[in-house]
Amino acid sequence: MTMQTDPRANGAKPLVELKDIRIAFGGVQAVDGVSLDLYPGEVVGLLGHNGAGKSTLIKILSGAYKADSGEIWINGEKATINSPRDARRYNIETIYQTLALADNLDASSNLFLGRELTTRLGFVDDARQEAETRKIMARLNPNFRKLSEPVSALSGGQRQSVAIARAVYFNARILIMDEPTAALGVHETAMVADLIKELKAQGLGIFLISHDTREMMDLCDRVSVMKNGQLIGTERVEDVTEDDILSMIIMGKNPKREAA
Amino acid sequence: MSETDTVPNAAPSTRPAPTAPKRSFLSQLELDLRLLGMIGAFIIVCVVFNVLTDGRFLTPRNIFNLSIQTVSVAIMATGMVFIIVTRHIDLSVGALLATASAVMAMMQTRWLPDLVGLELGHPALPWLSIVAGLVVGAGIGAFHGWLVGYLTIPAFIVTLGGLLVWRNVAWYLTSGQTIGPLDATFQSFGGINGTLGAQWSWIVGAVGAVFAALAMLSARRNKAAHGFKVKPFWAEAAVIGIIVAAILGFVAVLNAYEIPSRVVARDFAARGLEVPEGYIAAYGIPYSVLLLVGVAVAMTVIARKTRLGRYIFATGGNPDAAELSGVNTRLLTVKVFALMGGLVAISAVVASARLTNHSNDIGTLDELRVIAAAVIGGTALSGGIGTIYGAILGALIMQSLQSGMAMVGVDAPLQNIVVGTVLVAAVLIDIIYRRRVGGK
Repeated sequence: MTMQTDPRANGAKPLVELKDIRIAFGGVQAVDGVSLDLYPGEVVGLLGHNGAGKSTLIKILSGAYKADSGEIWINGEKATINSPRDARRYNIETIYQTLALADNLDASSNLFLGRELTTRLGFVDDARQEAETRKIMARLNPNFRKLSEPVSALSGGQRQSVAIARAVYFNARILIMDEPTAALGVHETAMVADLIKELKAQGLGIFLISHDTREMMDLCDRVSVMKNGQLIGTERVEDVTEDDILSMIIMGKNPKREAA
Repeated sequence: MSETDTVPNAAPSTRPAPTAPKRSFLSQLELDLRLLGMIGAFIIVCVVFNVLTDGRFLTPRNIFNLSIQTVSVAIMATGMVFIIVTRHIDLSVGALLATASAVMAMMQTRWLPDLVGLELGHPALPWLSIVAGLVVGAGIGAFHGWLVGYLTIPAFIVTLGGLLVWRNVAWYLTSGQTIGPLDATFQSFGGINGTLGAQWSWIVGAVGAVFAALAMLSARRNKAAHGFKVKPFWAEAAVIGIIVAAILGFVAVLNAYEIPSRVVARDFAARGLEVPEGYIAAYGIPYSVLLLVGVAVAMTVIARKTRLGRYIFATGGNPDAAELSGVNTRLLTVKVFALMGGLVAISAVVASARLTNHSNDIGTLDELRVIAAAVIGGTALSGGIGTIYGAILGALIMQSLQSGMAMVGVDAPLQNIVVGTVLVAAVLIDIIYRRRVGGK
């Protein structure tokens, strides 16, 4: 069963290929020669301690940082991503750990930030934005009502919904989720998990960052473990146990490969 | 091996669902409480001074004077809102006003007549000067913005330096002399020397009232078209009625300020005519006030209805979020400071025209008045929050306090002590209000 759903088995082109990515901040090699790939309809988990370089790597793909060296290939073509705007052009959407919401604006202004809907005269069309926000929220979080209040007045789960809606609304093909459930309750975490499965079924490629190993085993097709900026290994989840992954995270060694 | 320690246990969903509060009369009107508070404060100031001055404060003449005295600071305060909302500050506006004023004064009295050969009184003089002033103001503003945005020097430092630099650039340009008299057309932007007269004031007032009513109705229609709840029609009509009454009432007051008969006689004599029997002329709306209204409308539209405005507020609320959403925050900083510079140049026209000349100390301490107006008007120094109408009301409250105390005969040092205290108290009240309503 797993072999049939493995997108790589039927000769699909990788959606994303990161090749030998390196970036340093003032002498610290935050990402040190990491290569990763992602296929359509696949969830790849990134694991590692705080400071292992996961978020930095992902921010290179989302355009927040520029790599010192290495290449990014999207759909088999070399891509140039110098800014978040470039990344959006490649249909890469990111849900940041910090959510990246402007607290003083309402949900719809945040959802459309940088991509406002405008009237014929070029003015921001608040009414249409609000109507669209209501539509997508009805799908993602039916309890969401506070459309015209600043997002600072929302609960953690509601804020998360806004951040997710922003990524999903614009027909992302590549989705990056940095700790999407870290601030959520049990019920909302389950909702996010369902959403990830739904988006995966629609053929999106998803990079997922989390500290919750069990959640990762449940949601991901493959997991990549990083330590000190280097990639320790990438494994299919059915090939490893949770303990294998933990030892990769902690020891920085791949027990399966060393046993072989 | 369990990893349950990483499972978050926050459960915000256990909070009781917010029920719709019973809608009071005021809440059905959907008025901005902060705006009402400021209008209330302004009315109290006016009434108290009116009592203290035995009714001299609220006369057409004094209201006219208050309006034209407020314009210069109010125009700059609208720009300062954007600066402060994006978490910056501009300490150089008073000095920049002096430089823009000096450029415009020198253009129309020396450079254009002497170097280009346009004789004094040439109709193109005032307009070329104003264009030059605007270019210089916006250019210097953009330069400040570049230093802040691209070279990442704190705005406080850039504009503190600017305060010294531009004040003395103005001095150099004019060799410290007072330059005047300025062109007659140019002077008409100063207030008393350029007004619409009664008839045109009514026409402009009526057009403005109709425009305001239509704008509110069209916003209502747009909301309803997308299926959103709109306030009951009687509430909408009441708000429109209040606004229309306020506009026409203001026009009526300005039209009630009659031109003194000796001034009328002088004007008629200048045209070689006799004053007809029983002839009465009113000042009406000053051009400078129209200019302020135009700036206020334009800045409000920018703030609320354009991407630029949305990005300004988003950047103020969370610069990282704006950056990650694809907003070029560096370029935005340049735009915001350039806009401030342009508005300073407009204020320089009004300020120098009101004085009928450019003097070396023009705009001194204006930076403090402008910042105070924006802050009294509810602009938060932490960024992300502020309104254009608030800043203008703030400027009006400050000017009313100042001239009211002068009329009552309060000692000069005491006047500034009061204004300073009011500034701090206003911010305290604002903080308490925000805490109550649960904002930041």
